[in-house]
Amino acid sequence: MSGQTLYDKLWNQHLVKQRDDGTALIYIDRQLLHEVTSPQAFEGLRLAKRKPWRLDANLATPDHNVPTTLKERAEGNSGIKDPVSLIQVQTLDDNCVEYGIEEFKINDPRQGIVHVVGPEQGATLPGMTVVCGDSHTATHGAFGALAHGIGTSEVEHVLATQCLLAQKMKNMQVRVEGELGLGVTAKDVVLAIIGEIGTAGGTGYAIEFAGSAIASLSMEGRMTVCNMAIEAGARVGLIAVDDTTIDYLAERPFAPTAEQWEAAVADWRQLVSDDDATFDKVVTLKAEDIEPQVSWGTSPEMVTGISGQVPDPQAALDETVQRSHTRALEYMGLHANQKITDIKLDKVFIGSCTNSRIEDLREAAKVAQGNKVADTIKLAMVVPGSGLVKRQAEAEGLDKIFIDAGFEWREPGCSMCLAMNADKLGAGEHCASTSNRNFEGRQGYGGRTHLVSPAMAAAAAIAGHFVDVRSLSANDATHAQEA
Amino acid sequence: MKKFTRFEGVVAPLDRANVDTDLIIPKQFLKSIKRTGFGVNLFDELRYLDEGQPGQDCSNRPLNPDFMLNQPRYKGAEVLLARRNFGCGSSREHAPWALEDFGFKVVIAPSFADIFYNNAFKNGILLITLSEEEVDRLFVGVDANEGYQLDIDLENQRVITPGGEILEFEVDAFRKHCLLNGLDDIGITLQDEDAIRAFEQKHKDARPWLFRQPA
Repeated sequence: MSGQTLYDKLWNQHLVKQRDDGTALIYIDRQLLHEVTSPQAFEGLRLAKRKPWRLDANLATPDHNVPTTLKERAEGNSGIKDPVSLIQVQTLDDNCVEYGIEEFKINDPRQGIVHVVGPEQGATLPGMTVVCGDSHTATHGAFGALAHGIGTSEVEHVLATQCLLAQKMKNMQVRVEGELGLGVTAKDVVLAIIGEIGTAGGTGYAIEFAGSAIASLSMEGRMTVCNMAIEAGARVGLIAVDDTTIDYLAERPFAPTAEQWEAAVADWRQLVSDDDATFDKVVTLKAEDIEPQVSWGTSPEMVTGISGQVPDPQAALDETVQRSHTRALEYMGLHANQKITDIKLDKVFIGSCTNSRIEDLREAAKVAQGNKVADTIKLAMVVPGSGLVKRQAEAEGLDKIFIDAGFEWREPGCSMCLAMNADKLGAGEHCASTSNRNFEGRQGYGGRTHLVSPAMAAAAAIAGHFVDVRSLSANDATHAQEA
Repeated sequence: MKKFTRFEGVVAPLDRANVDTDLIIPKQFLKSIKRTGFGVNLFDELRYLDEGQPGQDCSNRPLNPDFMLNQPRYKGAEVLLARRNFGCGSSREHAPWALEDFGFKVVIAPSFADIFYNNAFKNGILLITLSEEEVDRLFVGVDANEGYQLDIDLENQRVITPGGEILEFEVDAFRKHCLLNGLDDIGITLQDEDAIRAFEQKHKDARPWLFRQPA
């Protein structure tokens, strides 16, 4: 019999009951809650007169709706000008108080995007099952945790039963072998993977990311890769536990201590796929082939390298693809064969659960340092992923670098990734964004999103159009603008 | 949840691949704390020519005449015919809530995104996966015949076209059972309460750090 994959091990460790009809009951160790997908779940509990099964498995924070200017945030919840958003955030607060669930409220320094907060607190641990009513829950798989997004009915199901009804997924391994070039980041790796396998390539699978290039990534980088597993169609992204994982977790508030730490680490070391494990599908990419990526269309698979160009829809073999590409170019206001470096930007957004951690901000700051945002850019904003990331960045002086360069330095939240708060694109505006989705209208009605890494976003802000971040040392960006 | 019974319904075609949940229901409508009322904003950006706001009266908004749901021939549609990877993107259950509130009971496509698939069934919506060729043929049929209806027979797992062609489909036994009987799956899970408690204790003994709270 062949060995087990990491996913197989996590599944088996949480299997409460396998039913004859193919479904299984899986025990959930951690549920993260935010204001958008939880109110109807709590309402469902109340209507059915049910109580949460295990309060301490839940951790809540508002993130999607919160304003990001200091002025608004100074007023707490009352700084939320949109009355509908305010009700939603207030409802989360009320529900957490009513049921006794721990919540990092709007101005708690620990507040932030759920997928930044969980790992930062050590509330996400290797070997856990982690769920949240948000598709980017795949992020937590970077720790060797079985983590995926769920709908609101499932949020209610987990609150009431501490379990989820699930069917086992298939196993896919995506290997990235070799050494990443200078200026090529985790974001470029995952965008290249999505470009390769497509947005439905991982449907029905749990993807384990492996290979030397993945192992060389920091935890921040690994979270960026797993975060976008869902954009490749897979609910679950996973990376095996190693020293990088364990070093990151030591002394986090929710992490075990003393003797329990030693026992936990010994257990976590087992969270790797066995050498003789079999995968239903294996995809391999060469790290050397990956260049900084830019999405040109309205689906994350519509992506290419910075040296590339917008494709000609007529060149697509499949008629459905031809029509999708034609529609995408029309929406994006681009033309076939246009060079990526010729795409001019109106706004720049550095943030989101994909790229708002300290390392992301450092990479962007390195490019921004000593430069100025181009005059043609209407708004360039940096939105840290949590209050603690913000504090750390300020301790390192990154805020000053951004502000001096002409970026706005904001308060933590999801912000313009999905534009549920006031941060959004106007119709027709092009945005270099470190977020995860470039769907029509995602960042604002008629807005045009280009997905990139933090360094590429910063370089684009300075040049006013896309530039190859590898071609500039930090101070050259201004010359690119003048050229 | 209502029981899912056999019916014949008008088919509305959405000829577009990778329809994401942002397109099904844009984010501004996610601010509601209710489960109902999303139907008027289903496909908001395709359906109307202006930008919609939550709580707005939609009866006076300019309609996009090219969008199929605004065409009289698809009025009262209960079956949505779509292309591959339908429902990709975010986990928002507001997407099936909007489809259901509008009146759709069934979506037929060559493939669906995983999270949407779960969410739809939990709201009584049947998702039917057919081959690309079968879906192509249905698009041709819908286009050629005004008032085109399909007979949806979940019990026997088949779709019957007006011409009498029978298209069989797969659906897992548990989801089918829940739909046909209108069952709430929390109630079903709680029948296993003892098994869950026993597992929880064993799990806690083996890995106590998973149950630890910060100091």
